[in-house]
Amino acid sequence: MVDIDDYYEPWTYDYEKLIYSPGREHQPVARPISQLTGEYMDITWGPNWEDDLAGVHETGKQDPNMDHLDEQIKFEFEETFMMYLPRICEHCQNPSCVSSCPSGAMYKREEDGIVLVDQDACRSWRFCMSGCPYKKVYFNWKTNKAEKCTFCFPRIENGDPTICSETCVGRLRYLGIVLYDADKVLEAASVENDKDLYEAQLDTFLDPHDPEVQKEALKQGISEDWLEAAKNSPIYKMAVEQRIALPLHPEYRTLPMVWYVPPLSPFMNALGGQIDTLSPNVIFPTINQFQIPIDYLASMFSAGDSQVIRNVLKKLIAMRTFMRADELGKEYDMNLLKEAGMTEEMAREMYHLSAIAKYEDRYVIPKSHREETDNMYEHQGSAGFDFMDGCRSCMGGGAASDPLDYYESGFWRELDEFDPTKNL
Amino acid sequence: MPKMDLFLWVVFPYISLTIFVLGHIYRYNKDQFSWTAKSSQFLEQKRLKFGSTFFHWGIIFVFFGHVAGLLVPKAFYDWLGITDDMYHFGAFWLGGLAGVATVIGGLALFTRRVSIRRVAKNSSVSDYVSLVVLGAVVLVGFSSTVGYTVSGGSFDYRETISPWIRGILIFRPMPELMAYAPLGFQLHVLGAFALFAIWPFTRLVHVFSLPLGYLRRNYVVYRSNRPVKQEKKTIQ
Repeated sequence: MVDIDDYYEPWTYDYEKLIYSPGREHQPVARPISQLTGEYMDITWGPNWEDDLAGVHETGKQDPNMDHLDEQIKFEFEETFMMYLPRICEHCQNPSCVSSCPSGAMYKREEDGIVLVDQDACRSWRFCMSGCPYKKVYFNWKTNKAEKCTFCFPRIENGDPTICSETCVGRLRYLGIVLYDADKVLEAASVENDKDLYEAQLDTFLDPHDPEVQKEALKQGISEDWLEAAKNSPIYKMAVEQRIALPLHPEYRTLPMVWYVPPLSPFMNALGGQIDTLSPNVIFPTINQFQIPIDYLASMFSAGDSQVIRNVLKKLIAMRTFMRADELGKEYDMNLLKEAGMTEEMAREMYHLSAIAKYEDRYVIPKSHREETDNMYEHQGSAGFDFMDGCRSCMGGGAASDPLDYYESGFWRELDEFDPTKNL
Repeated sequence: MPKMDLFLWVVFPYISLTIFVLGHIYRYNKDQFSWTAKSSQFLEQKRLKFGSTFFHWGIIFVFFGHVAGLLVPKAFYDWLGITDDMYHFGAFWLGGLAGVATVIGGLALFTRRVSIRRVAKNSSVSDYVSLVVLGAVVLVGFSSTVGYTVSGGSFDYRETISPWIRGILIFRPMPELMAYAPLGFQLHVLGAFALFAIWPFTRLVHVFSLPLGYLRRNYVVYRSNRPVKQEKKTIQ
C-alpha cells in the first residue's frame, strides 16, 4: 500500500511570524509547519522537487525509463537532457483503478469514457492507488476518499475543453473523440508481447469515416453530431491517420487514452544548417544522435520498440523540412516524405494541426446529450465532489476544524456586529 | 423484578438495538459520503499493519465465537453430539486464541493512535470513543471469561446469557436470566449494547461494507447517463 511519505509530507509556513514578530535584530523567518502534525518540520521532499537538474543526480538513477540506457553517459553533463511530460489521468480503456476498487465506486462513463470516483460509494480501500500504474488516483486523507482527474466533465459535457488544455500556454493539448470497440479491449490488453500492445490498441479504434461503423454507431444511440465530431477529431488524426501520437507506457496494459507526440530534439545544429540540400540518407540517421535518446522515448511510449519512435520522429522531421522548403520556395527532395510514409497532403495537415493549432482544430468536443439523461437526481454525488458540504474538516490545518473558524478569527465579525440601529 | 433490572436487561438493549438499526439506515441514506473505515494507513502503516492484522482476525473469530455460543442453542450441540467438554475445549482454545489476538491487536492500535503524532492529530473524538468503548467491551469480556475459566467457576453462560439474548432477539425478553449473571458479564453485555448504540455514528459502520459484490461483478464498471437508450433502440 502507498502511504503519504511516498508523495511528501504536506506543509505550510507560519506566515504570521512575518507580521507579528516583535522588533528584533534579525529578519523574522516563516518556518515550515507540517500540515499533518502542526509541528515545525524540515522539508526533505516535495512536489516538483527534482525540477530540471535539481535532484536528478539522485533520482535520475531510479528512473525505470533509464534502464536500457548507458547511464554513465547520459548523466554526463554534456549529455544531459531535459524533457517535460505533463501527465494527467489516462482515462484508460482498461482502467486498472476501476478493476481494483472493491466497492465499485470507480467507474468508466459509457458515453465519453471518463473515469470517475463515486464519492458517496468510495469506502476508502485505497487499492485504486496501488492499482493505477500511472499513480493518478490520490487519497484525500481528510475526507478519506479517493480523488482523481475528472477530465473536467462538466466542461466536456458543455463542449468546452478541460482547464488544463485550455490554459496550456504551449497549446500542446488536443481533445477529441475516438470511437472504439469495447468488446475488443480485453483481447487487445491480452496480447502476449508488450511491443504489440500499441498496434493492438490501435486496432480497437474504429474508423469514423467507415459507413459500416457509422451505421452501427447510430444504432447504438451515438448521435449524428458525435459522429461528425469523431470524423474531425484531432486525436484520431494524430493517433491513427498520421500515427505521430503514442500511448504512454503501453506495457502497463491499461490501454491509456491520453497519447503523446514524442519530442523532436534540435537537429539543425547537427547538420550545420545545411538542411535544404540533404537527402534522407543523411538526415534520418541524425535521429539516433538526438539529445533525448531514442531508447528513452521508446521505453516511455512504445514498450521499448525504438522503431516506432524512429518512425514518428522521421515524420516530424519530414514535415518540418517540407514546410520549410515550401515556405522558402526552395526545392525539396520528396523522397524524405516518401520514406517517412507521408504524402504532401498529410504533411500539410500535420503542420496545420500542430503548428497553426487553431482552437477549433485542437478541441473538437460535441456537447453531451443531457436531455436524454433520465432522473438527474439519482446521479447526484456520483460523479465528482460534494464540495464544501462533504468536506467540513478540510478547512484549516491539521486538526479537524469548523469552517466557521474564520468567523472567530474576525474576518466577518465586524460585518455581523455592525448594527445600523445604533446610529439612529 | 426490580425496575432497574427491567431497564438494564430489556429497555436499554431495545433502545440500543433500535438506534443500531435505524441509525444505519439513516446514515446510509443521508450521509454515504462519510461512510468509510477511515483508515489511517495512509499516515502510518508499519505499526498499523501489526495491530490491525491481529485485531481484525481476532475480532472476526470472536464474532463467530459469540454466534456459536450465544445464538446457537445448547440443544443444537447436544443434537449434534457435541458434549460440554468438547464445546469447552473448542471455546477455550479457539476463543482464547482469538481473544488474545484481539486484545494484543487492540492495545497495539490504541498505543499507535495516541503515540504517533500524525495519527493522533488527525483523530476525531468519534475515533477515540469507538476505540475506547470497543476496547473496554473486549477487555471486560476477555478478562471475565478468563477469570471464570481459570477459577473454574460454575457459571454457564449457555444456560443464562444465551437464552436471554435469544429472548431479546425474538421479542420475548427474560430479564431474570441476566439479573443474576456475574458482574463481569453484566458489564460486558451493557458495554456491548452501548457500543451498538454509538456504532452507526462511528467508523465502525465499515463492518457492513464487506465488498461481496466484487466477487460477482465485471472488473471494469461502466455507468451510463442515459439508460433510456434501450427505448431508443427499438424506435430506430
